[in-house]
Amino acid sequence: MSSQIESHDDVNDGKTPVRTGDADGLPETREHDPFADPGLPAHKPRIQDLDERAAKRSERVVTLLFTVSMLATVGFILSYALIPIDAITYIWPFGNVSPLNFSLGMTLGLALFCIGAGAVHWSRTLMSDEESAQERHPIEATPAVKAAVMEDFRKGTEESGIGFGRRKMIRNSMFGALALVPLSGIVLLRDLGPSPEGGAPLRRTMWEEGTLIINENTGQPLRPEDMVVGSLVQAMPEGLDLHDHHFHEEIAKAAVMLVRLEPEDIKDQQSADWGHEGILCYSKICTHIGCPATLYEQQTHHALCPCHQSTFDLSDGARVLFGPAGHALPQLRITVNEDGYLAAMGDFEEPPGPSFWERG
Amino acid sequence: MSTTTNPPKRETRSGAPAGEKVADWADGRLGVYTVAKSNMRKIFPDHWSFLLGEICLYAFVILLLTGVYLTLFFVPSMAEIEYEGSYIPMQGVLMSEAYASTLNISFDVRGGLLMREIHHWSALLFVVGIFFHMMRVFFTGAFRKPREINWLFGFALLVLAILTGLTGYSLPDDLLSGVGIRFMEGAILSVPVVGTWLQMLVFGGEFPGSLIIPRFFVAHVLLLPGLMLGLLVAHLLLVVYHKHTHFAGPGRTNDNVVGMPLFPVYMAKAGGFFFLVFGVIAMIAATTSINPVWVLGPYRPDQISTNAQPDWYLGFSEGLVRMMPGWEMVIPGGYTLNLGLLVPLIVFPLVFAVIALYPFFEGWVTKDKREHHIAERPRNAPTRTAVGVAWLSWYFVALVAGGNDIWAIHFDLSINAITWWTRISFFVLPVIVFIITRRICLGLQRRDREKVLHGRETGIIKRLPHGEFIEVHEPLSAEKRYALTAHDQPRPAELGPSVDENGVPRKVGPLERLRVRINRGYYGPSGQIPKPTAEEYREITSGHGHH
Ligand code: HEM
Ligand code: FES
Repeated sequence: MSSQIESHDDVNDGKTPVRTGDADGLPETREHDPFADPGLPAHKPRIQDLDERAAKRSERVVTLLFTVSMLATVGFILSYALIPIDAITYIWPFGNVSPLNFSLGMTLGLALFCIGAGAVHWSRTLMSDEESAQERHPIEATPAVKAAVMEDFRKGTEESGIGFGRRKMIRNSMFGALALVPLSGIVLLRDLGPSPEGGAPLRRTMWEEGTLIINENTGQPLRPEDMVVGSLVQAMPEGLDLHDHHFHEEIAKAAVMLVRLEPEDIKDQQSADWGHEGILCYSKICTHIGCPATLYEQQTHHALCPCHQSTFDLSDGARVLFGPAGHALPQLRITVNEDGYLAAMGDFEEPPGPSFWERG
Repeated sequence: MSTTTNPPKRETRSGAPAGEKVADWADGRLGVYTVAKSNMRKIFPDHWSFLLGEICLYAFVILLLTGVYLTLFFVPSMAEIEYEGSYIPMQGVLMSEAYASTLNISFDVRGGLLMREIHHWSALLFVVGIFFHMMRVFFTGAFRKPREINWLFGFALLVLAILTGLTGYSLPDDLLSGVGIRFMEGAILSVPVVGTWLQMLVFGGEFPGSLIIPRFFVAHVLLLPGLMLGLLVAHLLLVVYHKHTHFAGPGRTNDNVVGMPLFPVYMAKAGGFFFLVFGVIAMIAATTSINPVWVLGPYRPDQISTNAQPDWYLGFSEGLVRMMPGWEMVIPGGYTLNLGLLVPLIVFPLVFAVIALYPFFEGWVTKDKREHHIAERPRNAPTRTAVGVAWLSWYFVALVAGGNDIWAIHFDLSINAITWWTRISFFVLPVIVFIITRRICLGLQRRDREKVLHGRETGIIKRLPHGEFIEVHEPLSAEKRYALTAHDQPRPAELGPSVDENGVPRKVGPLERLRVRINRGYYGPSGQIPKPTAEEYREITSGHGHH
């Protein structure tokens, strides 16, 4: 028994014999080791084990729960058949909800919950709750088993000829073949998409010299007099239609916003030159990861991106004031054509949207 | 005839019940009796924290059931059509078939909305469950030998679950889901050298193209669930093979497992628990709307709403991105390095790797080769517990950063201040939390020691004859005493003598020096409070003394 005392002073080696709490060994051990394992405590009977009336009550509760579940399923079927899908009803405290969705969910939920509650109540009150112990066995094989396996393996390699270098060529060429064959699978992935052409498609947008600027809201080309000082207009290039096959790809690069500032408020000379009488046209695609940065604060001329709060100063070349964006929003050079409409003077000088390796 | 090699012939009793006949038939082909013999009465220990893993399993089953239902109606196509369904505000709007079919599921299929909501709620529960389950395993040291591989299986399941959630969230093609995809595109583009190539290959062309949803769909309904199913089965087989850990207690040792048999008690409890979880989720789905995709309309790359938030399990990566300053530079050669996105993209997997590889780190530090089947109480492994809580605080900081706009609005703070707080906390908070947690663990160990030696405080105050007041301490039962002293207290590692027995200087590598130092942090005087010895106990109890 002395090993037990030591096992508490030192590392427990996991091999200490398990005490099972047999009556006569107990007092003596206790004296030696106050921390000895007293063994599994005796089973304490529940009220259901002692009183048949309590057991009967439990049985009735379980049966009731299962019955409620059946009724709930009937309720589910009735709801499905009877409640119109487009109805909207006020249900306290959830507000205006679809009564179909509500009753399908509640009846299904109840049907499932009661099965669960019944099963758990049954197992807790009526099934035996006596704990028992099972031995664990080491995961590791015994030395004998290991030796036998090693011997089998040695035989196998010997029979195949790989083991002792006699058939090195077979082995090496096999490894070579196995290593190469997955390459076909990788090559097949090449046509998942076209070449990025060094980022060329990311630089090119629909804006060209003379492209009119279409107001998103009205669908009409913008004139300078449409914009009062302090306003912000969202716009896209002329010729881009919602029904176009490549609408999404194009708008993802070409979407712009125009602001009109008092010319003396514009801090950046080049920016002022690229606009028209205080009207500046910026890409609205955030240079961080590409959300539209369109929350505009009139007093400060700040444009805020709602995704990660990058803030751009539109009066100062849209430079980044705050947030994770890495560079300013590109500005589109605009002018007024002979008909008095605002028009682009060319494409963006730098690619709009998030940056990329070849951006430069 | 080879009858001699057959086992003694077993006759099916003529009057046997139908069930037995079926079982006999199956046994002749599958050997079910042999399987049942070793498993039917297998013992499973009971503890509330062991339910966390079960919750994940049930959430997965619910996801499979509702997910298969959704595939019957969902159209994974980005072809643009005009919406003609019964949701009036969207009638005539141009949208992808994916979005239109999600509206269809929500408004024209009876019970479709419920299935969508159950699917989404269980997806959240699934990832939450995995997370907490993992914490349980971590803090009880249940990842130690022989369970390291199963820890990795579990970790892979976490990663796959997050990916599945991400691809699922992207399927409906509403405004929020499109913003999520755009986020991915931006992140891919920031990869040096091959970023633009990857972007083109993943999207099949320029963003957004028309392939990303069909591709995500296949990943979401086939590839990822298939992988998860395989891993899950392997995970559970290993649980059965290793047998579950249990907490030390009277009769519960490293060499046995104490609990209830699989059949019937565990089966009834676990099976019942599945229905409870499913029922509760159904009721949540009935009453609490989630992801109402019809509110914001179809995705357009030039439109956005405020408060765009990913599902919670991606809040961490969102936070890293929001915390990071917008560093971007052009390196020689004219190439752009977008550190603002690249750094989060690298830190994100690193933070996960820290927790995934911790078991191997601890194994290296302790050089402990024994099998462990006792779930440790977190206080008895102060350093590990402190590492875990510090990691959680790391995660928490990033999560806070992910919702910086929400905090700013609700608590009227400046975004700038929150961002700076998170940037500093990301480095400082884990260290502080580590130190405090270790202190707390040591304090709790000290309290356990007091309890064992001096008994439990009863709250009864007694006045001694000479007027002094003392609190009556009640000695602990043998069971309690055992439970509080059964844990291992390894001795700290030693570098050993600098010369060997022949007087030749021993060489100790720097790695070994480091290991010994860390080990002494774990098991030295600063890392654990010695548990009471039998001598101490006897000395105090024989004096019947209070001091
Ligand atoms: C196992 C982990 C899974 C997770 C974490 C998960 C997560 C998600 C999420 C978050 C959504 C968005 C739902 C919404 O709000 O509309 C979704 C949609 C979807 N999921 Fe899953 N899912 C899983 C498994 C599956 C499986 C196994 C299937 C099918 C076999 C499936 C089929 C679908 C379909 C068709 C949709 C789109 C329909 C819709 O959005 O209404 N999912 N999933
Ligand atoms: S996308 Fe604009 S700040 Fe991130």
